[in-house]
Amino acid sequence: MASAVVLSIIILAVLLGPLVWTVPIDEIDFRARLQGPSWAHPFGTDDLGQDLLARMLYGGRISLAVGFAAMLVAVVVGVLVGSVAGISRGGVDAALMWLTDLFLSLPSLPLLLLVIYLFREPLRQLVGPEVGIFILIVAVIGGFNWMQVARLVRAQFFSLREKEFVEAARALGASTPRLVIRHILPNALGPVIVAATIDVAAAIIAESTLSFLGLGFPPDIPTWGRILFDAKDNLDFAPHWALFPGGAIFLTVLTINFVGDGLRDALDPRRVI
Amino acid sequence: MTQYLIRRLLIAIPSLFGISVILFVLLALAPGDPFEELATNPAVPPEVRMQLRASLGLDDPIHVRYLAWASAMLRGEWGFSFVSRIDVDQLILQRLPTTLLVIGSSQVVALLIALPVGVLAATRPYSLFDKVANTLAFVGFSLPTFFTGLLFILFFSIYLDWLPFVYRSQIDATGWRWVWEHIRQAIMPVMVLGLFQGAAWTRFVRSAVLDVIRLDYVTTARSKGLPEGQVITKHVVRNALIPVVTLVALQMPSVFGGAIVTEQIFRVPGIGSLLISAILANDTPVIMAVTFVFSCLVIFFNLVADLLYGWLDPRISYR
Repeated sequence: MASAVVLSIIILAVLLGPLVWTVPIDEIDFRARLQGPSWAHPFGTDDLGQDLLARMLYGGRISLAVGFAAMLVAVVVGVLVGSVAGISRGGVDAALMWLTDLFLSLPSLPLLLLVIYLFREPLRQLVGPEVGIFILIVAVIGGFNWMQVARLVRAQFFSLREKEFVEAARALGASTPRLVIRHILPNALGPVIVAATIDVAAAIIAESTLSFLGLGFPPDIPTWGRILFDAKDNLDFAPHWALFPGGAIFLTVLTINFVGDGLRDALDPRRVI
Repeated sequence: MTQYLIRRLLIAIPSLFGISVILFVLLALAPGDPFEELATNPAVPPEVRMQLRASLGLDDPIHVRYLAWASAMLRGEWGFSFVSRIDVDQLILQRLPTTLLVIGSSQVVALLIALPVGVLAATRPYSLFDKVANTLAFVGFSLPTFFTGLLFILFFSIYLDWLPFVYRSQIDATGWRWVWEHIRQAIMPVMVLGLFQGAAWTRFVRSAVLDVIRLDYVTTARSKGLPEGQVITKHVVRNALIPVVTLVALQMPSVFGGAIVTEQIFRVPGIGSLLISAILANDTPVIMAVTFVFSCLVIFFNLVADLLYGWLDPRISYR
């Protein structure tokens, strides 16, 4: 419960913060470089004298947006694969599950890096640096995170499609798509919500990892991971620079995980309806 | 057991094939032509370019190119690094032992944390110890490895000045001092990875032990008069480990992800930091080879997990 409150505060701060704290994120002021927290700069400044609070509020929007968007991609793909596998028996099911298991055994971070390395430039030329890298990162992180959802949905489908209410709907002449969309899917969504919550945390960590390795967003977009990447070479004389964004990532991920755990207890995915 | 091992090996082949297809498709789909520079160079006539392309087989149909690529990968011809000017397989072989050492010892650390803590927490559910362990486990796997690494450097290297934060492969000292220096510089990377894994595993162990500990055969073992320690270690833990092995195998890809990050932070000269520097230097052969090696490692560890299954639960290997 407390974590839900903290999470809401973080989200609200990131959404509304830039309206209240109107310091520009790229105002360079060499007189105020690498300063610790003070009233003028509550989170201190970086090596160019840019205000860290403003940068973090702005970057938090990107980090959270990536997290939620990647979660949506993962859930959509996962539900699609899971329901197709769950409703069709035999070959299609086996093939889709083989694909799911294959993706589960892929080393995701090296592949993420590989995909971004190969496709970064063309997308940048196609739709601009910011949008291009955003689409790429969301698509790739989502594309490597859907397996858990697919397995959950398939397992739910297997038990749900034998239930009486599905039988009744089929007897009334409902088509298979209608059966899936109107009757089975809404009943299968409980565990998916839990998995989706955890996926947001995983996506935020994945994005921060990429940015931390210097392979995510370009330097002028200060996502939390990117700020950490810039801060890591100045640890000895400006620890605040790394502590605030790192703490923000940690707090966000921790609260999301706690909320997911609470939802799990509330919805109990092991109880099949 | 041998039959089981062979069956598992045969199952691993399709996934290796699948991974190689994914890698190749990614490479083939990626825009950008290796002969782009030649195309814009007016000194090279188009016929020469066409001949070059034909000699390298770039215009062949995609399945022919795939077969050529895959057989080269299998024969260990991984190409030539653009940057280091040596063969890619040599470059990787130089660096692989360090990575395996760091990952291996971090797994041992994780196991040493997760097993006792998880079992103790599950034997006393909802006690103070359980609650503290559970909270710490949550904190542990919510802390991303790159942030723990920075925190460790900040605390142990900068504040306390106990441990070096740059990993060196060449150490001047000899004898015991050499061993000690190696241990000292490996402590932080190993602990960062180990604590992260240990936190995740603790939760797996706890829930697995909780599922088993209420079963009838455990009550039977107790009522036979077996000491509690023996009941836990011989009867409960062995059965509880079966689902844990599954989850650990599923975690393997993220272990390698964490290894890349820690190697980068502590500048461990392993294949993870090789991957990052290769990406920054646009060294495509190295990138492809390292990704392939990581995939093989994941499949190999999945195989090890399958073998552990067979050992933990002999019924599986007869099925």
